[in-house]
Amino acid sequence: MGLRGDAAIVGVAEWKPERRPTREPMFSFEQYAELAKEALDDAGIGVKEVNGLCTTGVRESSMFAPATLSEYMGLPVNLAEHVDLGGASSAGMIWRAAAAIELGLCDVVVCATPSGPTPQPPGGPVNPGYLGASSGAFGSPQAEFDIPYGNLAQNCGYAQIAQRYAAEFGYDERALAKIAVDQRTNACAYPPAFFHGQPITVDDVLNSPMIADPLHLLEIVMPCSGGAAVVLASRERALSTNHRPAFLTGFGEHLAFKTPSYAEDLVRTPMKPAADKAFEMAGVARSEIDAAQLYDCYTITVLLALEDMGFCEKGEGARFVNDHDLTYEGDFPLNTNGGQLSFGQPGMSGGMSHVTEGARQIMGRGDANQLESCDTVLVLNNGGIMSEQVALILRGE
Amino acid sequence: MDKPLPVPTPQTQPFWDALAEGRVVLQHCAECDRYVYYPRTHCPGCLTRDLEWHELSGNGVVHTYTVARRPTAPPWSEDVPQLIAVVELDEGPRLTTELVNVEPDAIEVGMRVQPVFQTVGEVTLLLYEPA
Repeated sequence: MGLRGDAAIVGVAEWKPERRPTREPMFSFEQYAELAKEALDDAGIGVKEVNGLCTTGVRESSMFAPATLSEYMGLPVNLAEHVDLGGASSAGMIWRAAAAIELGLCDVVVCATPSGPTPQPPGGPVNPGYLGASSGAFGSPQAEFDIPYGNLAQNCGYAQIAQRYAAEFGYDERALAKIAVDQRTNACAYPPAFFHGQPITVDDVLNSPMIADPLHLLEIVMPCSGGAAVVLASRERALSTNHRPAFLTGFGEHLAFKTPSYAEDLVRTPMKPAADKAFEMAGVARSEIDAAQLYDCYTITVLLALEDMGFCEKGEGARFVNDHDLTYEGDFPLNTNGGQLSFGQPGMSGGMSHVTEGARQIMGRGDANQLESCDTVLVLNNGGIMSEQVALILRGE
Repeated sequence: MDKPLPVPTPQTQPFWDALAEGRVVLQHCAECDRYVYYPRTHCPGCLTRDLEWHELSGNGVVHTYTVARRPTAPPWSEDVPQLIAVVELDEGPRLTTELVNVEPDAIEVGMRVQPVFQTVGEVTLLLYEPA
């Protein structure tokens, strides 16, 4: 059961995260096309070879996004997926693309997340509203039972999870801060990262403003603009591309709720079943992971991932962080591009940045942050508020 | 900026009607022997439509919370700190709520709380305070 490991990431494209966009505004379709072309060029694959595409929501098309993309780019496809898993959408796209390739539906699939500036309509920008990932539509459970109490956006839910964790297991705030610090060290070795050149200390993190107890400002991602794409190809095609392919040998996906208030357990997350499935499918042990690219919208997300994905016992996450050097030079390289906390969170490309960095490390195309040897990478994408979880195992041969 | 308020649906109306009378009613599934929150047509888990409304005390404990020092959205910009909690009712279900009549530093996970029925416009919200 599961993947044979016969589909690989062979090309990547990633735009530098920016707080104040300097990139020319383009509609999402245009950005998708641009990112797809860059990733295909990177792989050395012709545009006409593409016969599958995956996307997340597209700003200009709330419905029929895949068909509109296919039409816009002039690419007939055998697979057209719209993946709606929040921050887990990128990893969700990757395994769907690989599965379609292994089933023989497709040879080359593009997965892209346009997250750059878009042109403003005549008359000025449309206010995007403040509901974020919550639905305010009539009949939506969030509209009726969560939003009226101020429980919306992301900080509140993650803070509640961290607070519950503290009550059950204790809370070593310096260990949580060390996650942000070690990742910043990685960003300082990776020039495209937003916070390149700006090292921080544990005290810097703990002295930054408290946003929602117990989360400090420097434990929270900074939204920015950017964009990313990857190209996957069949084994046969992958072996004649420009780089060492990163084969997808295992994946897992799990979710059970939207709002953590209704989760069976706030601190034992759906990451565990997703990771267990991925490791089992790949036939890989935790000790074989050369680099972990774990979704890090908040430091608490990483702490729970280390526990629930099986790198330490439940409640031992802080000890694990204190006992290991999480930098690219350390004994447990984590988020080697700085993670979203230090690379930046360019919208949906934030989740994709864990995929692109995992592939780059296997391809040996990192900057100063390149690991000496990297054959096996774990990627975790997390959506919503610790709800959607997708784990991937990438391997170089 | 006005705060968004709940708009009851045909399925949830009995819950909101009870709050307006200072009572908490929830649906119970006999098959699963569990209470359901939030109200809905089908039991989460067994998907039966055979759910019965029961009146509860509404009492519970703070399962978790946060003190939002920055507003979670513009309508709450005058309301920081927001004390946004998850309360676990004595009968089992958890719900999203706000804590009132308590200092932020006094909130603890596990503390007992009781309902505060706050009418805003045409609906009554279910808030909580220390018991």
